[in-house]
Amino acid sequence: MNKFLRYIGRRLALLILVLIGLSIITFTLARIVPSDPAAVYLGPRPRPEQIAEVRIKLGLDKPVYVQYAYYLRDLLHGDLGTSIRTHQPVLKSILRFLPASFELMLTAIILALIIGTLLGVTSAQKENTLIDHANRLFAVTGVSLPAFWLGLLFQLLFFRCLGILPLGGRIDIYVSLFSPIKHITGFYVIDSLITGNWVAFKSSILHLILPGITLAAYSTGIIMRMTRATMLEVNREDYIVAARAAGIPERTVVFKYALKNAMAPTLTTAGLAFASMLTATFFIETIFYWPGVGTYTVKSILLNDYPVIMAVTLVGALLYVLVNLVVDLVLVFLDPRIRL
Amino acid sequence: MLEVKELETHFFVYEGIVKTLNKIDLTIYKEETLGIVGETGCGKSVTALSILRLIPSPGKIVGGKILFEGQDLLKKEKEKMRKIRGNKISMIFQNPTSSLNPVFTVGDQLTAVIRNHQKVSKEEARKRAIEMFKQVGLPDPRRTLQKYPHELSGGMQQRVMIAAALSCEPSLLIADEPTTALDVTIQAQILNLMEGLKEKLKTSILLITHNLGIVAKICDRVAIMYAGEFVEEAPIEEIFGNPKHPYSKGLLESIPKVTQKGKLETIGGTVCDLLDPPSGCRFHARCPSSMEICQKERPGQTKIGKNHFVFCHLYNS
Ligand SMILES: Nc1ncnc2c1ncn2[C@@H]1O[C@H](COP(=O)(O)OP(=O)(O)OP(=O)(O)O)[C@@H](O)[C@H]1O
Ligand SMILES: [Mg+2]
Repeated sequence: MNKFLRYIGRRLALLILVLIGLSIITFTLARIVPSDPAAVYLGPRPRPEQIAEVRIKLGLDKPVYVQYAYYLRDLLHGDLGTSIRTHQPVLKSILRFLPASFELMLTAIILALIIGTLLGVTSAQKENTLIDHANRLFAVTGVSLPAFWLGLLFQLLFFRCLGILPLGGRIDIYVSLFSPIKHITGFYVIDSLITGNWVAFKSSILHLILPGITLAAYSTGIIMRMTRATMLEVNREDYIVAARAAGIPERTVVFKYALKNAMAPTLTTAGLAFASMLTATFFIETIFYWPGVGTYTVKSILLNDYPVIMAVTLVGALLYVLVNLVVDLVLVFLDPRIRL
Repeated sequence: MLEVKELETHFFVYEGIVKTLNKIDLTIYKEETLGIVGETGCGKSVTALSILRLIPSPGKIVGGKILFEGQDLLKKEKEKMRKIRGNKISMIFQNPTSSLNPVFTVGDQLTAVIRNHQKVSKEEARKRAIEMFKQVGLPDPRRTLQKYPHELSGGMQQRVMIAAALSCEPSLLIADEPTTALDVTIQAQILNLMEGLKEKLKTSILLITHNLGIVAKICDRVAIMYAGEFVEEAPIEEIFGNPKHPYSKGLLESIPKVTQKGKLETIGGTVCDLLDPPSGCRFHARCPSSMEICQKERPGQTKIGKNHFVFCHLYNS
């Protein structure tokens, strides 16, 4: 256990370096962009003396490296700055929007892992049959279609043509008015489930389906292809032949003996694919009116609201590193030969 | 007890059909150890896997019968066949390191086999596993049960494989080169262990090897294989004292002897291509006493003595 903690400590120390590097890059980029934050702060048609005043208030009159030093100082005190667009503390806003994004991403991750693995395993077991080809086509489609396009297509099909799923949002407006969800975890599905609010539960599930699948598409394809490849390899291993020769039922051989060996590369790839899921979240939340960090950020990007952009970049990097840390820890439990 | 009749296994590869087993006949009697000897690639492993019906694609058993306890295994339903594997017929492999699943403890793997074939509780299966580990001479069975394969030596891993293979007291144990991957001192220990357990459990053994020394040590009978066919079948004293087939003679001469210095005898030529085997006797191109008929006709079985058969035109009179 001690070894675990030390390993996690090392990884987190490395994370701090990554975050500092990232903050320098985003900070520089935000300053290079030809747009005046003071003008945005004041809204339309500001007077020149107002602008000068705000420049001093925001610290924009100081040299860039001094600004950066201030920024770092605030960061260490847990202050991510104030949004230029909304004039609200960035941290507060992010924390408010984060549960919605987490709910969506978690749904997508679970969908991608389950569907990707199942398709990969079936494909490997039925190598070069029609089922295999169909699965592979599906995976290639998921990987190569841009998320925003896929999202629009789904909306067209399931909302406009078939009318069976909602266009966007987290929940029906009527439902949120007449059976409001009590805020516990911030996950609508979980909150409505534990309070027994079935109307809201159903509505939030229905709203999750399209954005969830759209967000999962890319990772599903990646996971499917990785699972297929490793399962084909593992199937040829002596211990699989030996398990069959010992009369172990086929289902156990495939889903226990082989899959546990094939899981490691799959999870590693899934962890890396999480990066593209983060990016896709911005598009998908915007397309599906999902009130999460993505939508919040896109609005801020359009106005070069640099405190928000920088804060979200840091949060994204933090998430990415943490997800991959979790993956690495899971691998240790999957394979006893891995040493930390 | 096990009778293989005219078994044909082919591999359907891109270049054509590889006729790996060409109508082979084989009999294994109760409580005997039969050795199969032959060059690499002659089809020994394919024979073993055919008996268990575990030929991987693109391979397929295309004809013949495998009679086990009076019933044809090739006609059995999948589920019934599965219940025979590991229970009545079990198998151990050449490389114990790669034959054990690296991500499960050896105890988990052994109890899985036991519980798969016997209706026993987890606790009972564990007791049985400990008992098996004792029988195969693994030190400290309780602790070994918790270990992962990579924490054991090759010899210990093979002992685990043997424990798993014999845990349901099968009537036939197929051992495909069980000691090839182990070093010589361990080899002897493993062979002694197999012999001892065989006596105790009254199991027949089908031992596949290229090592005639091992055959001499533990087999009762031996069948010599060449390019997917058996060429000679005889009791052990007969094969060493009175080999008949030119290929058997060649094999015996290629064993190094302590008393003999200088160059080793070898069999000239290389193993024929199974994709396009020669007509008649598959050995004729390499045979020192080849005759005209050898190129045309496949030789039939000739009885030389009690339990001694040869497939060669030289003895066809
Ligand atoms: N997957 C496969 N695809 C095509 N042909 C195969 C395949 N597996 C086996 N064969 C054919 O079967 C022949 C016999 O293989 P087998 O593994 O039985 O040899 P062996 O006698 O066990 O050799 P060794 O002593 O090296 O273990 C090979 O020469 C090859 O032609
Ligand atoms: Mg072999």
